[in-house]
Amino acid sequence: MSGTNASKNGQSGGARGSGSQRIVYCNCSYAKVVPLETKSEVLSKLCASGVAFDSVADLCEMSARKDPALKRIAGSGDVKIAACFPRAVKWLFHAAGAPLPETGVDVLNMREQSAEEIVPLLLNGTTIKEPNA
Amino acid sequence: MTTTLKTPTNVQRCRVVLYEGSGSDVFSPDDRFTLFSSLLEKGHSVTLANGNGEVGSGDGSPLVVVGRFNEDFPSDSLQTSDDATICVQNVCGLATDKIIETVETAVESLGDAPPKKWKPWFPVIDFDRCTNCMQCLSFCLFDVYAVDKKEQITVQNQEKCKTDCPACSRVCPEVAILFPKYGKGPINGDVVRESDIQREAMKVDISALLGGDIYASLRERQSDARKRFSTERDESRALIERKRCLKKLQGDLDIPDEVLMSLPSVGDIQERADRAKAKMEKRLARSQTVKDNAPPPSTEEWGI
Repeated sequence: MSGTNASKNGQSGGARGSGSQRIVYCNCSYAKVVPLETKSEVLSKLCASGVAFDSVADLCEMSARKDPALKRIAGSGDVKIAACFPRAVKWLFHAAGAPLPETGVDVLNMREQSAEEIVPLLLNGTTIKEPNA
Repeated sequence: MTTTLKTPTNVQRCRVVLYEGSGSDVFSPDDRFTLFSSLLEKGHSVTLANGNGEVGSGDGSPLVVVGRFNEDFPSDSLQTSDDATICVQNVCGLATDKIIETVETAVESLGDAPPKKWKPWFPVIDFDRCTNCMQCLSFCLFDVYAVDKKEQITVQNQEKCKTDCPACSRVCPEVAILFPKYGKGPINGDVVRESDIQREAMKVDISALLGGDIYASLRERQSDARKRFSTERDESRALIERKRCLKKLQGDLDIPDEVLMSLPSVGDIQERADRAKAKMEKRLARSQTVKDNAPPPSTEEWGI
């Protein structure tokens, strides 16, 4: 999982090919372990970017429910996930029977990285254009 | 006795789609942020779909599509196909609080409701590190762990895990058990460093914490307490004694008070130990007589 390296080193795994990686944002709604200002700023900048993205309330809660949506996230090609520690994200998906692929996944850690670091990595390789343009 | 409700699994929940594609007007960034943050806090999954980047494709889960649609768009409709049920809501002219109400009503109409607020607290196993030593299974008194058909440790009863109790992760010699909602690393999923591994190696053996086998120690203490209390039975004193006995364990393993006070009774522990012993003897007897031609033990046989 390339994202593990991306997060540890604070560097992006790089835009892969077409630059059409999907973005998934986890709001960690059921606990206060992700700094509020970090997740608010990341979400705010994603909303302001005009880029399409998916968001989930809480990956832990989804893993506990073995939510089939995790399989969709894991199995639909390259993805950048803004959540928490890459090791936790990897094994949460595994626990839900939806293991993440070894390549093409970047996990960005909102518990340790700042929004200033994360947002450019999330949007890297994505062509931003005006919605409806 | 505490009863726990099992978390329903493999249930497809609604996804809310904020539609800004052709045939609709866009939301302002501030409105988008308000809608996303409010709906996420209420437990919904939300997607921004505007043709500017990929989003997850349909997976059969019901969709609530909201947008500021123009006149040509077939709004406020409910479409059901083999693939999914889609509820379309035109929220043109509505303020964000009204849009949120509209979404909530639509979600409900599809038979879904966000889960009650709870802290998803359960162990997650890092199988890159786990050596299948079964120490977690032996240690946990709440039947959270079991063994699967491949004789691999597994988390079987998440809902039985005690919120904020990370004790099993502390007895894992390989730092292989995570609690993603925990505050500190490496239990929270942070990278396992050399110093963490060394700390595990130096950690006092759990059995030594109470001067030997934890179950034996509890039994001994219970027996002592019975003798002492035989002439002066007092439940509250018994509870205080129990709490005192486990104080050292609590300090070393960061176990919350309420978990200590809800531990199974010594009788329960004894019964569990007897059950495990009987299963072990049964298995040994079978392997001797059948010379290991028997099929592997079932989950039920292993799960103690």
